[in-house]
Amino acid sequence: MSKVITDKQTGAGFSNQARRFLAGTFSLSTLGPLAALLLAGAFFATQSPRFLTGTNLSLVVQQVMVVGTLAVGQTLIILTAGIDLSNGAVMALGTIVMTKFAVDVGLNPYLAILGGLIVCGAFGFLNGTLVTSLKLPPFIVTLGTLNIAFALTHIYSSEQTIQNLPSELTFFDNTFKIGETSVTFGSVLMIIIFFVTWFVLQQTAVGRHIYALGNNPEAARLNGINTRRLLVIIYTVAGVIYGIAGLLLVARTSVGDPQAGQTDNLDSITAVVLGGTSLFGGRGSVIGTLVGALIVGIFRNGLQLMGVASIYQVLITGVLVILAVTVDQLARRRQK
Amino acid sequence: MSEQTTLPTPVLQGRGLVKRYGSVTALDGADFELYPGEILAVIGDNGAGKSSLIKVLSGAVVPDEGELWLDGKPVHFKSPIDARRQGIETVYQDLAMAPALDIATNIFMGRELKRAGILGSVFRMLDKKRMLNDASTAMQDLKIGIRSMRQSVETLSGGQRQGVAVARSAAFARHVIILDEPTAALGVKESGMVLDLIRRIKERGLPVILISHNMPHVFDVADRVHIQRLGKRIAVIKPSNFSMSDAVAIMTGAMAGEEVKDK
Repeated sequence: MSKVITDKQTGAGFSNQARRFLAGTFSLSTLGPLAALLLAGAFFATQSPRFLTGTNLSLVVQQVMVVGTLAVGQTLIILTAGIDLSNGAVMALGTIVMTKFAVDVGLNPYLAILGGLIVCGAFGFLNGTLVTSLKLPPFIVTLGTLNIAFALTHIYSSEQTIQNLPSELTFFDNTFKIGETSVTFGSVLMIIIFFVTWFVLQQTAVGRHIYALGNNPEAARLNGINTRRLLVIIYTVAGVIYGIAGLLLVARTSVGDPQAGQTDNLDSITAVVLGGTSLFGGRGSVIGTLVGALIVGIFRNGLQLMGVASIYQVLITGVLVILAVTVDQLARRRQK
Repeated sequence: MSEQTTLPTPVLQGRGLVKRYGSVTALDGADFELYPGEILAVIGDNGAGKSSLIKVLSGAVVPDEGELWLDGKPVHFKSPIDARRQGIETVYQDLAMAPALDIATNIFMGRELKRAGILGSVFRMLDKKRMLNDASTAMQDLKIGIRSMRQSVETLSGGQRQGVAVARSAAFARHVIILDEPTAALGVKESGMVLDLIRRIKERGLPVILISHNMPHVFDVADRVHIQRLGKRIAVIKPSNFSMSDAVAIMTGAMAGEEVKDK
């Protein structure tokens, strides 16, 4: 009881409008990750003078660009109480299709990109259809499609890296200047994808339906939401987003690499969880996921600047995930 | 209540409704009438076909035989959404709400309002302000005292949640509201609140079908009581003319339904 009162007291400091804005944009579960991000940023700023430079921060965004974009699709699926283990493998297949179509088949580069996006969208559609029609658990379905996409990637590429890409495929690695700082178009595209997804989730009926579906699918159905169709659409859109992530990966590495993306599925789940989205569905936000992806990026970058070996960065990411989920669970228990 | 000498057209009427599940006959030619502005309770022992009847009326189940009329016109519901489009709203026992979402969102779930102009037509933006206001009005109409429509449903008490679900149905129903065991999970005080809500809906002119196991609640609010036994409607009684033990006796077959039909 006393805890409820403290909650109210801390809230009273805000003006009503500010609180409403914060609730709408960052919902309470996002404020924790945001605070963690700022704290981590402040810590690394004291450790390395290079950390807070525009060039370095721009680099952090570039480093999280691919996993961040994958995590947008992952967020949509986790919001429906699902999970997608296939996204890294699907993205890798998309990059091979794009680069091989453009280089080996000699297709117009834009058509090659479109081909990659369609293949990724088709995999999403397959995932969604299997989840809804056969009522299979998303974990199992995407574990299966993970292997299928992985195998197809290696079969189609014959294990060969595809090089000498046309410039259209690496467009998103081009930069423009904000003041002294170079920013890639890919970073901007990622931010745009986050913003558009946030808009759809928060400001449109489809967004409300996604939350309702994840929170209580039976209630969503009884209230006239076509839950099966919505699920198929979500998985398909997520697939297309993985394709875009693939395009960003191609731009960043300048090759089509069949070995790419093998741990990106778990990294994208890490970003979603660090961002405060519940694995049980219906709670969370895509802005949280952006914060989560940036937390991972900042830790890796900051530790690197401090000269910590990269394997410790992985270790710390693991600790962070467990910490994030613990804090989330404790906060939820307190609410009840 | 006694001025119903010449009965008006029933709002919702069923004739000879049959529903079989394999070898089990859940509804065995049941009849049903709901008249304008009344609270009709439906009672019956377990297995009497009470919930099958309600599922037929709310569109959740398609009957094998029999006919349904809404306002004198024949209707065939294929789904609850079908029935809802025709103005029949059902408050389900589990309330059909998304607990993490706020009250306004739950009230408008599946029926969200869009903004006017291109913000709505092109960008599909929700009119959150109007939904908050309308939700607030719907709640105030039924005198449900909840401060903020932005509160998530999981922060509410059982009675308040029931209130939100009832307000949602009342806001959209044009013909009938069906309440499935609305007091089953509630304490004494909250049950009283919900019974008051049911009376207020009646005051607004909407007829209510109340499914309940709780005899005191049924006798407290119902104008008429439909008693279901062995898949049929065995009797319809007025609470003023019968005692609760009579109703239970009819329900269990200890008293014959025919004896009371014209009383």
